[in-house]
Amino acid sequence: MKKRNLLTLIAGSAALALALTGCGSGGPGQTTGAATMWALTGDDTTVMKTSVETWNKEHSDLKIDFNAFAKDGFKPKLRTAIGAGEGPTFVFGWGGGVLADFVKAGQIEDLSDFVAENPEVLKRYIPSVLANGTVDGKTYAIPNNKLQPVVLYYNTAMFTDAGVTPPKTWDDLLDLVKTFNAKGIAPFSLGAQTKWPSLMWLQYLSDRIGGPEAFQAVLDGKPDAWSHPAIIEALTKIQQLVDAGGFINGFASVSSDSGADLALVHTGKAAMVLHGAWSYQTFKTDSPDFVKDGKLGYTTFPTVAGGVGDPKNIVGNPTNFWSISSKATQEQKKAALAYLADGLNNDAYVDDIIASGAVPVVQGVEAKLKSSDNADWLSFVYDMASNAPHFQLSWDQALPPAQGEAMLTNLEQIFLKKITPQEFATTMNATLGK
Amino acid sequence: MSTTTSPEKTRAEARAELPQGSARPASAPATRSARSTRAAGQSGPSGWFAAPALIMFSAFALLPLGGVIALSFTNWDGISDLSFSGLSSWTTVLTDPVTGNALVVTAKIMFFSYIVQAPISILLGAFVAGRQRYRALLAVFYFVPLLLSSAAIAIAFKALLDPNFGLGAGLGIPLLNQDWLGNADLALFVVIFVIAWQFIPFHTLIYQGAVRQIPASMYEAARIDGAGTIAQFFHITLPQLKYTIITSSTLMVVGSLTYFDLIFILTTGGPGYATRLLPLHMYLTGFKANDMGAASALGVILVVIGVSLALILQRLGGKDRRASQTEGA
Repeated sequence: MKKRNLLTLIAGSAALALALTGCGSGGPGQTTGAATMWALTGDDTTVMKTSVETWNKEHSDLKIDFNAFAKDGFKPKLRTAIGAGEGPTFVFGWGGGVLADFVKAGQIEDLSDFVAENPEVLKRYIPSVLANGTVDGKTYAIPNNKLQPVVLYYNTAMFTDAGVTPPKTWDDLLDLVKTFNAKGIAPFSLGAQTKWPSLMWLQYLSDRIGGPEAFQAVLDGKPDAWSHPAIIEALTKIQQLVDAGGFINGFASVSSDSGADLALVHTGKAAMVLHGAWSYQTFKTDSPDFVKDGKLGYTTFPTVAGGVGDPKNIVGNPTNFWSISSKATQEQKKAALAYLADGLNNDAYVDDIIASGAVPVVQGVEAKLKSSDNADWLSFVYDMASNAPHFQLSWDQALPPAQGEAMLTNLEQIFLKKITPQEFATTMNATLGK
Repeated sequence: MSTTTSPEKTRAEARAELPQGSARPASAPATRSARSTRAAGQSGPSGWFAAPALIMFSAFALLPLGGVIALSFTNWDGISDLSFSGLSSWTTVLTDPVTGNALVVTAKIMFFSYIVQAPISILLGAFVAGRQRYRALLAVFYFVPLLLSSAAIAIAFKALLDPNFGLGAGLGIPLLNQDWLGNADLALFVVIFVIAWQFIPFHTLIYQGAVRQIPASMYEAARIDGAGTIAQFFHITLPQLKYTIITSSTLMVVGSLTYFDLIFILTTGGPGYATRLLPLHMYLTGFKANDMGAASALGVILVVIGVSLALILQRLGGKDRRASQTEGA
């Protein structure tokens, strides 16, 4: 009797609970009202926000609701929201494997018809950048911020003190490591705890040694693609650099999210750092005098003797993109497409990006760049990107998420010398095609 | 003592009175006895008293648990359609060396957290249970970490332990200037230390309350028998704390299966896999690698381990539940 009562009670409660949770799913979704835009908090937040605010003033019938979220947890949040059917109209992205994943799941609107009807939209952008917003030849994403190649930053004051020049070759770089270590200065800063800064080293090295083909094989899921000699050699060189004391002590505890890796350079604790072009804005914000006094130097990644990759190749993020959710209402899509056509990357938008210290991904801005406050830097980035035969999207974005995650953790093990390049290749080969 | 025995007595009396009561239905005391007999004999207060808790538990624990079990037999990346995949998530999880490593890390954290936290909490608890003024003052300081959230603690320690801008570098003390979170051999113990820093105050509070419950007369008797402070601690305080120790141990051991926020912010499971314990492994699998099937399988493993540990610990104390811990037993 007692037992049955208890069971009835549990069953009753469970049924009630089911009813209660059922109520929850009818909550505020994106199916009503204005188009929603979820941006990433960062150096471009102001540009995007200003653009949307201006747009809303001029288009009361096509309103956009703007929200910016902190970088930590942004991707899981976006993905979970999309999976639950509560995602925003404007989906922020990096292109590549993650975009392809969303497209495959039927979450992203095909923009092919839109760009066919409005040919002027695509004409605005640099073609090689647009390629990252396409999946199987169809346009799914439109660029929304700036060129983000990875460059080698250095502290010019420290270089002058040591009487040295920035490295042109890998051997130069190794010599510099010796010079700076002898002076008790860390040669390179590295935010290894955040993981992706370490990936920049592997990407550039493997590109310089073996060209983009080595990684392309991985993307294509060819068997044993990670065992490509160029990747193995790149990993070996990374471990040699670690052994030579190339990176600052405790690099594995340095976090890039807090900007500690860049702070090491502008506070004079480390001489160089390999980082994305977006960091120029961070340097400018965190240490305005350092940039103003010309102490921030920048150059391209050195060449590697015997490497077959074109030294003009670059890696990084071509840019970020807006995609349109296929689950948005007709009304929201209408507002979103109108914004993509007339609001995004219009003249004011482009001017704002340039003023913030970044290069927009639109064509024909050379004159504007040259007349801006940061003319040298902006022209450097623009030339670097426009002269590059190949612009490799960050591997963690290009690969499907599961493989990207495994790669970052195993690369961390390489930097920590917990595994050998061969072990890295074996572990990563097992993830191919998953 | 008399209060604990009185319900027994009433029940016995009531049983004895029952025949009389039924013979004299008009009698008010008898009716009262009969009613209390029914309540005591069947289920105490109405089972519906448990309903609010059960509803919440079903909605937020049982139902999701069922969902997780179901998901562990599917292949789902969080955004596409679900597809049934049989045992493939389970084989992935069980053959993945990272899972084994996560279990080892979890066991290490559980073990070391326990052997660090339990003795310190008991000693501190017994210490601050004293009525002296200075002890009350010290207790206030000891309890400060209780006021902070895990996230705040993690961010603060991450800043303090930074090899270039942290405490060691700032004060120029070489001993403090280690690669605390970047050295795979150190990071685990740093994590255990921070966890202890966060949770010892809580357990100290529990022990403080429990020690104050121990009757002073026992200590007086012990003193008359010639027992010193240390002997009193081992022969009176510790045995009297038995049930508190079981409660606190259950919280510590099972709680160490749920450490997530602190470690996630402090190390994200790194360097490498050095501090990637099971809950973190589950999160990273689910939300970074987007493999919800495998993450659900890990979730089920976590639930099974947690429930088993809780049951074992309850058993340890529950076998001789009859042995009273109250005065004079």
